[in-house]
Amino acid sequence: MQFDSMSDFFHMGGYAFYVWLSYGVTLACVATLIVGSARQKGRVLREIAQKMQREQRLKQNRSTKQ
Amino acid sequence: MWKWLHPYADPQRAYRLSERLQPWFTLLALMFICVGTVWGLAFAPSDYQQGDSYRIIFIHVPAASMSMAAYMGMATAAFVGLVWQIKLADWAAAAIAPIGAVITFIALFTGAAWGKPMWGTWWVWDARLTSELILLFLYLGVISLYASFEDKVVAARAAGILTLVGVINIPIIKYSVEWWSSLHQPSTIRITEESTMAPEMLYPLLINILGFGFMIGAITLVRFKAEILARNGMRPWVRELATATGAK
Repeated sequence: MQFDSMSDFFHMGGYAFYVWLSYGVTLACVATLIVGSARQKGRVLREIAQKMQREQRLKQNRSTKQ
Repeated sequence: MWKWLHPYADPQRAYRLSERLQPWFTLLALMFICVGTVWGLAFAPSDYQQGDSYRIIFIHVPAASMSMAAYMGMATAAFVGLVWQIKLADWAAAAIAPIGAVITFIALFTGAAWGKPMWGTWWVWDARLTSELILLFLYLGVISLYASFEDKVVAARAAGILTLVGVINIPIIKYSVEWWSSLHQPSTIRITEESTMAPEMLYPLLINILGFGFMIGAITLVRFKAEILARNGMRPWVRELATATGAK
């Protein structure tokens, strides 16, 4: 361990603001990217399911009118 | 070799392969990034000139080098898509673009937050910083070009051409610190000779570079899978998946 205590570690030799700003922003960006990417699949599948339902409705309406 | 490779150009097989690979990439990324970051933040020695501010390096350099590597990956996929008209390659390129943009932003931001205490400024218009900013704009251009066509075959062609033209920027970023006088320091990791960096600092850095690579790989697989589904909405196997999701 390079630091003597926990508060020493968070202090980062006086550069706490810049170091933790960098790590914080990186974590926030990566987390947003991962959550967004993980939700993409569900969104795509729901859109396809909606399209299928629409096609189904169109097919039914057509067959009743004839 | 082509006979063996060819079945993977089938969307369903590519989807299944990505699904199998994804947990391994995720696991490796988590392991490498955890080890590299904890080692770099808490155990690596302080720099004799920069004190503890240099610890930003453990995300800045991985993000910067991987922003260029991801671009080369995207360009390779775009090239394959344009020349051999393999749609899966186009979709892979489309999957990488947003990830590359985020990684490039991280490289720029951490660079600014490191520049402020060390150079006394968040930003200077010198060659290295400006060319990396252009890389961000290239990624954003590719994303918006791909998004602005309804017909994704045309979209992939347009985005692919922009991607290939933008490759010229990569050697400019890489050699900018040697070609022009720059505030940015030259690279300290050498492949052919001994690195000009103490091993106790170099190892966590290399581990994090690998970790970022695996992380980009894992997220690419996630986005690639969603892209395959979106482009194959008429196929029975995708419709089955959609019915299963819609029923929930």
